[in-house]
Amino acid sequence: MTDGRLRAGTAAASALLLAALAGCGGAPGGDGARGGSLTVFAAASLTEVFTGLGERFEEETGSTVEFSFAGSSDLARQIADGAPADVFASADAPTMDEVAEGGFADGDPEVFARNVLRIAVPPGNPAGVEDFADLAGDGVTVAVCAPEVPCGAAAEELMEATGVRIGAASQEEDVKAALTRVRLGEVDAALVYETDVRSADGDVEGIGIEGAEEAANDYPIVPLASSGDPGLAREWVDFVLSEEGAGALTDAGFRPASEP
Amino acid sequence: MAAGAPGRRTAAAVRRGRTPWALLVPALIGLAFLVLPFAGLLIRTPWGDLLPLLSSAEVRGALWLSLGTATAATAVSLLFGVPLAWLIARTEFPGRRAVRALVTVPLVIPPVVGGVALLLVLGRSGLLGRHLYEWTGFSLPFTTAAVVVAQVFVAMPFLVISVEGALRGADRRYEEAAATLGASRWTAFRRVTLPMAAPGVVAGAVLAWARALGEFGATITFAGNFPGTTQTMPLAVYLAMQESPEQAVVLSLVLLLVSLAVLVALRDRWVGTP
Amino acid sequence: MSTEGGGARRGAPEGASGAEAAEPALDARIAVDRGRFRLDARITAGPGEVVALLGPNGAGKSTALRALAGLQPLSAGRVLLEGRDITADPVERRPIGVVFQDYLLFGHMSALENVAFGPRCRGAGRAEARAAAAALLADMGLEAYAHTRPRRLSGGQAQRVALARALAVRPRLLLLDEPLAALDAHTRVEVRAGLGRRLHDFGGAAVLVTHDPLEAMVLADRVTVLEGGGVVQEGPPAEVARFPRTDYVARLVGLNLYRGVRHGTSIEVDPGEGGAAGGARIEAASPGGGRVFAAFPPRAVALYREEPVGTPRNVWRLRVEGVERFGDQVRVRLGGELPLSADITPAALAELSPSPGAEVWASVKATEVECYPA
Repeated sequence: MTDGRLRAGTAAASALLLAALAGCGGAPGGDGARGGSLTVFAAASLTEVFTGLGERFEEETGSTVEFSFAGSSDLARQIADGAPADVFASADAPTMDEVAEGGFADGDPEVFARNVLRIAVPPGNPAGVEDFADLAGDGVTVAVCAPEVPCGAAAEELMEATGVRIGAASQEEDVKAALTRVRLGEVDAALVYETDVRSADGDVEGIGIEGAEEAANDYPIVPLASSGDPGLAREWVDFVLSEEGAGALTDAGFRPASEP
Repeated sequence: MAAGAPGRRTAAAVRRGRTPWALLVPALIGLAFLVLPFAGLLIRTPWGDLLPLLSSAEVRGALWLSLGTATAATAVSLLFGVPLAWLIARTEFPGRRAVRALVTVPLVIPPVVGGVALLLVLGRSGLLGRHLYEWTGFSLPFTTAAVVVAQVFVAMPFLVISVEGALRGADRRYEEAAATLGASRWTAFRRVTLPMAAPGVVAGAVLAWARALGEFGATITFAGNFPGTTQTMPLAVYLAMQESPEQAVVLSLVLLLVSLAVLVALRDRWVGTP
Repeated sequence: MSTEGGGARRGAPEGASGAEAAEPALDARIAVDRGRFRLDARITAGPGEVVALLGPNGAGKSTALRALAGLQPLSAGRVLLEGRDITADPVERRPIGVVFQDYLLFGHMSALENVAFGPRCRGAGRAEARAAAAALLADMGLEAYAHTRPRRLSGGQAQRVALARALAVRPRLLLLDEPLAALDAHTRVEVRAGLGRRLHDFGGAAVLVTHDPLEAMVLADRVTVLEGGGVVQEGPPAEVARFPRTDYVARLVGLNLYRGVRHGTSIEVDPGEGGAAGGARIEAASPGGGRVFAAFPPRAVALYREEPVGTPRNVWRLRVEGVERFGDQVRVRLGGELPLSADITPAALAELSPSPGAEVWASVKATEVECYPA
């Protein structure tokens, strides 16, 4: 028991590290956007599903795809600063709007998926959380995302929609950090995306939230004006929007874009 | 050079005439490298936002929290760091060199890793934190105390290194003189060694304070982020960056100005004008 | 000057018997092993007696002093102070006061605080300690400097503050390590006089380390000469000055010294002694026998270009090896069958006008030769 928890803790710790390092990583080399290769800037929550799709895309097109996964707003800022990217996939609409309004998008962004919030609890749910309202209780330590980042904005929206005020212990800088709190056992619950619960692969348990769809995040994608290979960039966007792409997204816990 | 005390101007002129280019050029490049980014900050600062931001309750909360925790962290670092420096500098024991190397570990590992390490030990399910939680129901993360703990972790090595250097440089014979006058080792340390090493202690404390004030990685990882409790200025800056970089710039500037003011005040008070 | 039982004793420190007339205030045998260097010395001092530890650099003087203070652990031996064994006492509990070579005044304290430090550490109240310190400083003529920091004091003043600080703990043994070495020559004379007076007034025993024979002669009641970690000679200053027993002491007190065997009035100098060739002879005034030291002062030597005729019984043909100024005299170093130093007037030198390597005749009256058992 102790051993298992320790191992889970270590794994979570490395995940946290990786997330932190990715956040500092910056843009990949500029050569990636030339000659049958593609650089995709994508929200951190897309890491698993895009990596899988990228492999399939490489097989189908014979090109190479490189990803830079980070917080959507970090990526948006890097794009504004001239980072050599071909495609941008954001975890929320406002961030995408900034990129589009800045004139960096090539065409109109399209929503390819939606993500809803869930409650993540440690295995066995030690605090006995049953629904969203339980998170407002005194004895429950909860981590949410900071209101400055998309998952935090969604959490705010959800609290407003449901009228439940959560007394959070911490406002995390991104959703992975919130999830890590649960994995390390530092909190009893965290508000994270459904996809995060799936990707945690049993390290956490997910509890659905009634009315979560009200506060779902739209994930828009767009080819970037700075792309050195606009054709390939468009091809990737179409691939993500295709049925194959939608299937992979659904498998990962995303909701289809068409759903209300 | 003329003997005695030539006028200030003369001395300066003589020195300037002797500065070798091989030192001057890299020195100026180094200076420019350190100063230019701040110039960039200053140019981009929306100065009009400064006062309203300073008067906003959230920023003031973060600022006070930063100043308070950094000061507390410095105090804790002094409390434990000075004896540790003494131990390394003034006693012989097996593994002393290893201990000295271990003290510097927090200097080289990324603070985020430090934060993770603290969680694994002091977190609610950490090695020690678990027992603390089981016995008292108290868990350190997400409290202001956790901020101080994270800051001490990254800042104390600066203090230890600085004080150790000062103790090593201090003439041990003064301690012997104190002993012949009847001072126990503790009295000699307190009344002779420590005052004589005071410049090093002050320098170390200032370094530690500055490091604690700027601490981000270990804090957000170990203590989390909540306005008023654990959100120090660097965390506020980072999160502001997610929404509006301009605001982040202004917040950084506030932090910079306040810390400069504090350091200048301290310098006048403790170090005197050279 | 001490009339303590050991006064006439010379050399052999190990042989002291327990049946001495007065119980010494300090009776220490200190042995310190430090790799290639070994110190093993018996150091005694009568009540109120000032003992100078005299010796060349590296002889172990400072080590001996540190050992007495407890700053240097002993590998063997013991320290008895007024009959009490303090060997195992830590430094801070020994009833001693130490004046260090460069005083080691605490720079962050005023003169008064420096002096009050000891009494405070030994349990006196703040006011009491400060009053005692103020009185001591007044004794030293330093009341005007009570609130001065050490770095603003002159060398002589700092020396007196250091002495006051050491005396403030009312020690039963005062240890002084080269107390005048940090002063310039001019100040030294003045401070030495003051120090001598205060040492005289101090009731307990005092041990003074110095490499300056003059300091030892002026300040001490007894001189203990340390060489190579051992005591080579001991006695009242006048006796040590007159009857040196090692080349080092002879050089310090300015005597030509030789070991040899006495046959009647003639002393056959040991071969190799001071570079002497075998067979050199020195004639003394009075007869005797056995192994002896023969000593005569450089000023007793007369130099001639031609072989002197007449009374002198000691005449050697020697080579001039060097000439240097020595006060208002000139010291001529001579080599040959009996290497020696001769002090002559500049006028005599001019008359002699020796070039280096030139040969001259040296003569000494037999009555100038001091001869004593080795």
